[in-house]
Amino acid sequence: MIQTLVEIAYLAAIILFILALYWMNDPKSARKSVSAGVAAMALAIAATWSRPEVVHHVWIIIALLGGVVVGIPLSRVALTAVPQRTALSHAFGGLAAGLVGTAKYYLWFGDDPTELTTFRMTAIVVETLLGFLTLTGSLMAAGKLHGVSWIPQRPVIYPFQNFTNLGLLLIALAIGVFLIVNPTGSVLAFPLLIALSLAFGVLLIIPIGGADMPTVISILNAYAGLSAVAMGFVLDSRLLVVAGALDGASGLILSIIMCRAMNRSFTNVLFGGFGQVQEVASDAGEERHYKEETIEGAAQALEMARLVIIVPGYGMAVAHAQHRVAELYDQLTARGTTVKFVIHPVAGRMPGHMNVLLAEADIPYDDIVEMDDMNPDMAQVDVALIIGANDVVNPAAKEKKGCPIYGMPIIEAHRAKSVFAIKRGKSTGFAGIENDLYFRDETFMLFGDAKDVVGALTKQLAVDVAA
Amino acid sequence: MLRRTVSLWGAMAAAGLAVTASTAYAAGSVTGSTDQNWSSLSVLVLATFIGLGVIGRVSRLLHTPLMSLTNAISAISVVGSILITGSDFPIPIRILGAIALFASMTNIVSGFLITERMIRMFKVRGEAGRGESKP
Repeated sequence: MIQTLVEIAYLAAIILFILALYWMNDPKSARKSVSAGVAAMALAIAATWSRPEVVHHVWIIIALLGGVVVGIPLSRVALTAVPQRTALSHAFGGLAAGLVGTAKYYLWFGDDPTELTTFRMTAIVVETLLGFLTLTGSLMAAGKLHGVSWIPQRPVIYPFQNFTNLGLLLIALAIGVFLIVNPTGSVLAFPLLIALSLAFGVLLIIPIGGADMPTVISILNAYAGLSAVAMGFVLDSRLLVVAGALDGASGLILSIIMCRAMNRSFTNVLFGGFGQVQEVASDAGEERHYKEETIEGAAQALEMARLVIIVPGYGMAVAHAQHRVAELYDQLTARGTTVKFVIHPVAGRMPGHMNVLLAEADIPYDDIVEMDDMNPDMAQVDVALIIGANDVVNPAAKEKKGCPIYGMPIIEAHRAKSVFAIKRGKSTGFAGIENDLYFRDETFMLFGDAKDVVGALTKQLAVDVAA
Repeated sequence: MLRRTVSLWGAMAAAGLAVTASTAYAAGSVTGSTDQNWSSLSVLVLATFIGLGVIGRVSRLLHTPLMSLTNAISAISVVGSILITGSDFPIPIRILGAIALFASMTNIVSGFLITERMIRMFKVRGEAGRGESKP
């Protein structure tokens, strides 16, 4: 009887999970998504807990409470810190999968090694490998995103890096195959597999830099999902297989979107060592000069504009400037100016990062336009205001063959009638290449912290109204 | 995009199947519930296709909440963790389970709460209570 009820609850949970994702297709229905997800999860937990083999309730309660105590503060982080929170939760997901795989292996190992069938052992190896790799990889990514001092921000490149990584992975796979063929062959094999997975996760992320984080986070998301699928095979649970597959599919789709938005392949992101090789290129060529503009001048241009686009980038997140940007948006729309936000898919440090920041600042999402929808109409734009975005508006991606970002789809701000770019310093962008946009005739630079500059612009506009 | 996705996924699945099948062959025997295993694999394939179909339609605006939501969903590993923590297994095994349970529960709580928080922020023009934004 209980068994049947448990199965029915699992089935309901599967349906609710799929509905939860289905409702994410529109921000309006998305509000139902979380309720469906919570209901599904509650059903799954209650059903599992009620199974007769579960007898130690105190342990479960303590662990669940611990999760609640840590989980609540993690959900209250500032939205600029969402990328590192996401990476951290991938790490937790990987940890859980890795530990369950380990527990199951030693359980069967000690109890009855014949239970370690080839199929189960394959699933355990995959689960453990992916789980622990995701754990350390995501911790590294979270550390890089959070700017932890002892984790290098810039990509770390050393000779024979790919060779080392690939070699390590091959050894891990070889041990995995050994375990599959011969589950109890050596007491060292399983700990070694864990150690290699942990090491591989670190080595995989070390050479990856900030602007590649959206892709890397998505890939780690897919890994976390796949490890849950493997856990489903280990435990023979369809619910786990389905939920893990949904997570894996989501991570995969996001990674592909991110890669396409940068015109790069998975292998290139993971093994390319972006942001290092190119620095030589920027030294060549003659000295070029920026045109700086004053706040007053920029405000005047904005006042006369009918159509303004704002292109936010990671710089806006770093400066926490989204609320000031919203005030500027208010000033301009109050004057009857049309303001649109154009967001590049890889802007920021995770998929959709900019959208969430703008939503936080109460900017209506009907004024957010996708790159591909805006580019054809770019010539009608009077002012393109670039706030902390760099490589995603670099026309070199279209015009300079051989440039490292050549072929990457960009927001074609250079085709607007005038461009104002807010920039912290005169350094190059993530890719280490100079931005041709800044040297164009129609481009004017506003140097300074994004928050201060946007604030000053808004103030100037308000003064001009009063005058 | 779907084509690339499917081919990538398919290649991974094929590789997995090949490894499983060949090692099973090498081991000389396929013991246990083979039928169960195969039906689990077909569940995986079907769920992946549903996932690709459904998630391919998710609004680009919501990619960050999507990731935190799927994060919470994949914390369904809580099911496995409860079984290991709560069953009558040796203490070291149950300690591993309890840590896994803690990690999964953290993801469930923080994942759903932050998704909810973010989704509530998305507003259309008119609905957005502009002017009350904090500095």
